[in-house]
Amino acid sequence: MSNESNGAGAPEHYAIGISFGNSYSSIAHISQEGKVEVIANEEGDRQIPSILSYVEGEEYHGTQAKAQLVRNSKNTIAFFKDYVGKSYDKIDPTPCQNSAHPTEKDGQVVFRVQDKEGDEPSNVSVSEITTRHIRRLRNSAADYTGKNITSAVVTVPTDTSSEQKAALSKAAKDANIEILQFIHEPIATVLAYDTRIPESVRDRVIVVADFGGTRSDAAVVSCTGGGLYSILATTHDYDLGGKDLDQVLIDHFAKEFEKKHKSDPRKNDRSLAKLKLESEAVKKALSQSAQATCSVESLADGADFRSTVNRTRFQLLSVKAFQKFTRIIEEVIKKADLDVLDIDEVILSGGTSHVPKIAENVQALFPQTTKVLAPATTTASLNPSELSARGAAIQASMIQEFDKEDIEQSTHEMVTVTPHTQNPIGVQVTGQAKDSFTVVIPANTAVPARKTKTIDAPEGDVLLQVSEGDREIKVTKPESKPKTNGTKDDEDEDDSDEDEDDEEDEIREKVYKVKKQLAEFQFTGLKKGTKLEVTVNIDSDLGVQITARENKGPGGIRGTLAAPKPTENGST
Amino acid sequence: MSTTSKVVPSPEGFKASDDSNPNFRSVSSLSNGVMRTIEPVGPAFMAFARRKRLGRTFSEDERIQQQSKAKKVEEDDDGEISEPEDPLMLARDPKDWRGQDHYAVLGLSKYRWRATDEQIKRAHRKKVLKHHPDKKAAAGEDDADGFFKCIQKAHETLTDPARRRQFDSVDEAADVLPPSKKDIQKPGAFYKKWRPVFESEGRFSNKQPVPRLGDDNSTKEDVERFYDFFYNFDSWRSFEYLDEDVPDDNADRDHKRHIERKNNNARRKRKTEDTARLRKLVDDALGYDERIARFRKQEKANKNKKRDAQEAAAKAEAEAKAKAKEEEEKRKAEEDAKAKVDKEQGKKAKEAAKNAAKKNKRAVRSSVKDVNYFTAGEPSPSDIDNCLNDVDKVIAGIDVDELAALVSQLEVAGKDGGAVKKVFSDKTSEMVGAGKLKDSELKYFKLS
Ligand SMILES: Nc1ncnc2c1ncn2[C@@H]1O[C@H](COP(=O)(O)OP(=O)(O)O)[C@@H](O)[C@H]1O
Repeated sequence: MSNESNGAGAPEHYAIGISFGNSYSSIAHISQEGKVEVIANEEGDRQIPSILSYVEGEEYHGTQAKAQLVRNSKNTIAFFKDYVGKSYDKIDPTPCQNSAHPTEKDGQVVFRVQDKEGDEPSNVSVSEITTRHIRRLRNSAADYTGKNITSAVVTVPTDTSSEQKAALSKAAKDANIEILQFIHEPIATVLAYDTRIPESVRDRVIVVADFGGTRSDAAVVSCTGGGLYSILATTHDYDLGGKDLDQVLIDHFAKEFEKKHKSDPRKNDRSLAKLKLESEAVKKALSQSAQATCSVESLADGADFRSTVNRTRFQLLSVKAFQKFTRIIEEVIKKADLDVLDIDEVILSGGTSHVPKIAENVQALFPQTTKVLAPATTTASLNPSELSARGAAIQASMIQEFDKEDIEQSTHEMVTVTPHTQNPIGVQVTGQAKDSFTVVIPANTAVPARKTKTIDAPEGDVLLQVSEGDREIKVTKPESKPKTNGTKDDEDEDDSDEDEDDEEDEIREKVYKVKKQLAEFQFTGLKKGTKLEVTVNIDSDLGVQITARENKGPGGIRGTLAAPKPTENGST
Repeated sequence: MSTTSKVVPSPEGFKASDDSNPNFRSVSSLSNGVMRTIEPVGPAFMAFARRKRLGRTFSEDERIQQQSKAKKVEEDDDGEISEPEDPLMLARDPKDWRGQDHYAVLGLSKYRWRATDEQIKRAHRKKVLKHHPDKKAAAGEDDADGFFKCIQKAHETLTDPARRRQFDSVDEAADVLPPSKKDIQKPGAFYKKWRPVFESEGRFSNKQPVPRLGDDNSTKEDVERFYDFFYNFDSWRSFEYLDEDVPDDNADRDHKRHIERKNNNARRKRKTEDTARLRKLVDDALGYDERIARFRKQEKANKNKKRDAQEAAAKAEAEAKAKAKEEEEKRKAEEDAKAKVDKEQGKKAKEAAKNAAKKNKRAVRSSVKDVNYFTAGEPSPSDIDNCLNDVDKVIAGIDVDELAALVSQLEVAGKDGGAVKKVFSDKTSEMVGAGKLKDSELKYFKLS
């Protein structure tokens, strides 16, 4: 395909973003208008199943390959992404129960499939199947963009080992794609939102939860300095995802079928495969509408199956599974040593984040002021299935002009590992209660950093104190309602409900206590309504300059604090 | 706390840290930072990296060094959940899942009831990967999923809080048996041996945290609180895990009910026994706890000390009282003596005065005699009488001081009759003037 953008026929470089998931993959690039575009393959899919299937030597990919799980499961390879760069004893073969099984060959993970014409099946290594998958993605991207795709930014979970990255790089290289950079999925996700409206890159603490097909991950990300991201904590559940919701529906429909036909479709591989595909489709439909119909021709024993399920029913059946999703969010916040009140924003990504009830449950964990970005909670959300690929595309377009060495230098630990503030830095003025603390620089801010805050000052002589604070969660029990004898009996009956109500009723709020005073400023004879503007600047060695001035007037008072003496390992 | 300490004060008494900057005071440096990794992603990072690199090149060494400083956010696949697997355990029949040690199956024997949800999750993951039936089948092993089912059952039990409690209730491997008398003979052994016992018992407490046994330095309050806690132990321990299987619903109902009743009774009985067992255990510990005896001794000593102090105080008081009394007596005696002396002196003075007065009176009387009672020749007895009568009236009308003055005037007058008469006439006229004497009463020294 000729390329018009460059005029000349020289083979240009073009980088795309790839999100390579265990169940689905997505590819994206930046369009000529500068917009992020998620690329649809030949079949029109933007979520391309990470599946390859071989029928009489012909290779099928994506949705077509997925359909082969019913008739040709032994020659269909699915859920292989998690095996890349791992030895056989470290892999979980469960997801492959209904497709080609992973086996061991010289310590390597291989699939034994009939991928060529003939009788002899061959061992296809995970690396090889990955190369084939990436090649198909690359071709789809080339067709769509009309460009020669040479490189990519690829998203990976935060717990990806260097062996896994090396294996991915090699597999991609074999498909003629140079991986310019691996970026962490939660960061790609935040980037997808942040570059959409660059002015909105506020300093904040974000929980990114990725609810995928077979695994779910969560991370707490601190965004400071207008878009510097640091991961404070992560958690992973390798056995939680959309598959669990599929299973709920599979079991539900199987029981319905069994009632009528006295046979369990789950006992037969092919019936199960059919029911599985259909259950996933029903589940997706229930994210959009209040009810959906499951319809499978000749499900088992030659009997057709048709059944309608509504969303409420589905939600009731999935209560236990839903709880697990919210639990990993609570877990990661705890791991970061934070409270739900510290979280400014929650981004739900991954296909399973489409499920409305999951998003609602997440919102219920947080105060109203915490924004939860998911289709069910805000119309401003992006498609959660695409976030990762979008972020990767943005990064790819930014770095594609750099050469590899340059990128390596910039991503070097000498650059990326940097001190972050331990405590929030804030100010207080004369007459203010000691626990009213205006944060200027939040905790976990990467240095160097510089921020300004304006506060109201009282009239007269004023002392301005700058301190490090200690965030505490103040819990106020509501005043117990006067209990009348008449209602006492009912209360005794639903004791457990009572407890829950109590928990909801108590008021939890963030308060700051001064932990360490840093500096003081004196102002004399301030007029009524004076505003003080305080600017705190922290150097890379944690030395501090503070400026405080009245009403944006000239000059102001300036002071410096010496850098602290570094400790042994550079941290606390 | 006073209300003023709850608000930020005014700058009164503000002291600048440096005269050249009179309105600023630096108090301390920023706390040290936490090393974290900034994700090398996004436009802000590009700018950051440009600033930080400035043409520097970084070696692999520096990279490793720097990375080791960074705070870890990803936990390593830890070796903590690795213990050898007993072949007998691997051969277990998953149907007998009630009899299996769920912690051992997951490789968490070391942790048991202490294992966190996170540990259980990760341990399960590890075991699943190792014993996955598909892998065993691929390796050509028969009965591929026996132990895998055990793993799933263990995971199921330990991740359901209610079921985990039921199992923990009867997890004998987590029990720590109380030490024997011999075990605790060495100094300090009491605490070393009994502490794990109570830590293990404490796991059943509804109230957390559970007070600790403490050591030799624990205060009496802490020790008392500790034993109180265990004597009033609020336990969630229950025994349904040991229930006999209730037959399926198609079995005969009476039999089913019978089994249920039996189970309920067994649970109750075990619970009662357990309460008694704990009570005895606490009794035993209390019996061996030397701190109790020590506190008692101290208390006794304290009591004695108090009594001694009281006695001493009483004694001191009595002594003080005696002393006061003595002093009082002494003072009184002195006073008496003084009074006596005073009285005597007074008497003498009085007597002296009396004598002096007598003498003066005599002198006054003789003064008239010396001037021959103011007569030229021999005075007639009536002259003498009249004269002496008047003199006596004068003497009776004046006090001793006037008398003494009179005497001295008379001495000056001497034997001069006229002068003596004048002295008397002056005196009488003075006395008449003062109303002490009536002119009519006088015969000799009449004014007129
Ligand atoms: N609209 C939807 N409603 C509910 N579930 C969905 C929807 N779209 C995708 N999913 C589910 O999301 C999962 C895939 O999510 P994805 O993030 O692509 O996973 P992975 O990271 O494993 O590739 C699948 O279980 C899929 O069924």
